[in-house]
Parts: sequence; C-alpha cells; structure tokens
Amino acid sequence: MCSTCGCGGEDATTRVTLVEGPEQAQPHGHAHLHDHPHDHDHAHDHDHATRTVLLEQDILAKNDLLAAATRHRLAERSITAINLMSSPGSGKTTLLERTITDIGDRRETLVIEGDQETWLDAQRIRATGRKVVQINTGAGCHLDAEMLGRGLTELDPPDGSLVFVENVGNLVCPALFDLGESARVVIISVTEGADKPAKYPYMFRTADLVLLNKVDLLPYVDFDVDLCLDLIHRLQPDVEMLPVSATRGDGLDAWHEWLANRSAATVLQ
Amino acid sequence: MARHTVGSVHELAITESIVDAIVEKIGDGPVAAVRLEIGRLSGVVTDSIRFCFGIVAVGTGLDGARLDIDEPPGRAYCRDCRREFALDDPIMLCDCGSADLDILAGQELRIVSVEVR
Repeated sequence: MCSTCGCGGEDATTRVTLVEGPEQAQPHGHAHLHDHPHDHDHAHDHDHATRTVLLEQDILAKNDLLAAATRHRLAERSITAINLMSSPGSGKTTLLERTITDIGDRRETLVIEGDQETWLDAQRIRATGRKVVQINTGAGCHLDAEMLGRGLTELDPPDGSLVFVENVGNLVCPALFDLGESARVVIISVTEGADKPAKYPYMFRTADLVLLNKVDLLPYVDFDVDLCLDLIHRLQPDVEMLPVSATRGDGLDAWHEWLANRSAATVLQ
Repeated sequence: MARHTVGSVHELAITESIVDAIVEKIGDGPVAAVRLEIGRLSGVVTDSIRFCFGIVAVGTGLDGARLDIDEPPGRAYCRDCRREFALDDPIMLCDCGSADLDILAGQELRIVSVEVR
C-alpha cells in the first residue's frame, strides 16, 4: 500500500532502479494512479445460504514458491546471494562497502539495496565501482521474494558472482520472508542492547550467521558479549557469531572465510 | 504510557497475500467469511491482520467478510530430554534448558477455508 495516498498495488509502490552513479538524480515523488476503478456497488444478496470452500493453503505459499524458483535460478548459475538483515544503524552499509572493497577483486560482487525511500545507500555502493540496484519499498518494511526476483532481473549478475542483498533495516518483518537467498546474515552492533536476540527471536532464529559489528567500541559501551551469544544460542544452538569491526577491520578475515565456505556449499548443491 | 498494541507492518503484506490468494482461487465473487489459522509462534499479530483486512479487502469480493482466526497453541519436542511440551513463548526453551527443539505446532500461517455466497 502506498505511504502517501493509501492506494494499493505493489507496482505503484515498489520501485526497482539500476543506480548508475552518485551524480544520478533521484526523481522526487512517484507516479500515483488515483483512478482505480473501485466498484462499490456489489450486489449483496443475504437470502442465499453460503457454501464453504476448503483452501488449506499456506499464506506465504506464493512468496515461498517464488523464493524456491529464485534459489534454483541462482544455484544453476553458481551465484551466491547473501541476505543482510539488521536494525537501522548497525553498520550494514559500511560493512558492505568494506567487504566489497576487500574481496571484490577476487570475485565479481554486486549489490541489491533495500530501503523504504532514497537511493543514498545505492549511491554509496556505486561509489565503490560495483553494479547496484536499489529497491525502494515505499510503505513496505521488508523485501519479499517477488521484489528480489525483480531486483535480480534488473541487476543481471554474471554466473559465479556474489550478490549482497541489504534488506530494509528492521529486525521484525524481514524474518518471515524467504527471498530465495543462499544464506541469511543478521548484524547486531555493540551500540545496541545485548538483549536484542531475546527481543527479536524470530529474526535471530532464521540466521545462518550473526555478525557482531562495531567491536572497536566495546571499551566504551556496556555490551555483554557473552550474554548476547547465550541468548542467540537459546534460539539456535549451533549458529556462529563473528565479532567484527567494519571500520577498524577486526574479524573481517573470518567473515571472508565464512563467505567463501558458504559460496562453495552453494555451488556444490 | 498506555498504547494500543498493533503489530508491525509485515501484517499488511501478510494480509495482502491472504486476499490475493483467495481472489486467485475463487475469483471476485462475494465472500461471507474467511477462516485462517495463525499459530501463536508464527510471529504474526492477529489484531493487526484484522485491522489490515478491513483496508485490503476493499474493492474485492472479500469486502465486509467475517474473519475467523484459529490460533493453535505452540507445542515442541525436546531432543535432549525427549519430552513433548506446550510452548507459547517465542524464546523457545525446554525446562531442562535445551534450545534443541522440534516445533510441532504453533507456527501455522494458513488459509483454511472461505464461505462464499
């Protein structure tokens, strides 16, 4: 649904754009089609008895079907897609800039940025020289499989490449939507509460890896790393948490190694 | 400060999926009632679904339809102490302290049936 006028329809709200350069001007506003043919004159005939139709269908069946198709399409072409999820301000985009600068020469690396509004993150990524597509979700609080499918079509990543998908900054809604990604990485930073995994269990339960970012700030903040890890393990006993600093570089080798192992696993499947 | 609790915006997308799936299956004819199953461990707030449904259904055959929502309670099996137990907390832990659980029920997100006129 549109945040401005409340009109429905995904095409009117989600915008997928290949961002060519930092100088590219973002159009202000978007086209609203206010002339939906609403027919409010339904004939209600309450005299007839109703008939029950069994559907027995998963609510997210359509999303999950699209996600499965995307996963198949990526695996066939040995493309690894990493879904990055966190609260706003955890350092996702900074980590992404650093990661693609560090490993982008070894493997073609591309990015899909998800935000409600603006091309700001896509323009930061574009400045590193990588191909990037921005998805603006409008009122939407998460990416879904249909949006990622459209984003991948626009991005057109080459065989064997690595695609980072930066989800909308939100620890709630993205948890429920399978995008068809190869792996899900949740980022939490030490400037947040160590109890975040307890507050947002659905998100942390879906993670294949947790990155603890901004560890260079640990001496200055009251963040209990052991408590955080313990809470994560109560949700998923086997998931790994890697401490990193995207600005100072701590732990990034382990993160790159995890990406390489995960990519190998994806390609072999 | 007392505030009415509504869920996050993903309930809007979930509700849109519900309406789209039903219209796709049965067409635009008038619907009297929709029965959903939304488990207590699903991460979806039923009050928000009801709120969003009133908005999303406008202009479809589901406009004005009654929404019946079953909320199956959570059940889990602990792989460590091999015990089955009731569970309604999203932090899923057995009394023995283990988090190594199979979730047996409570994560349902299903459209069960519709009553068409």
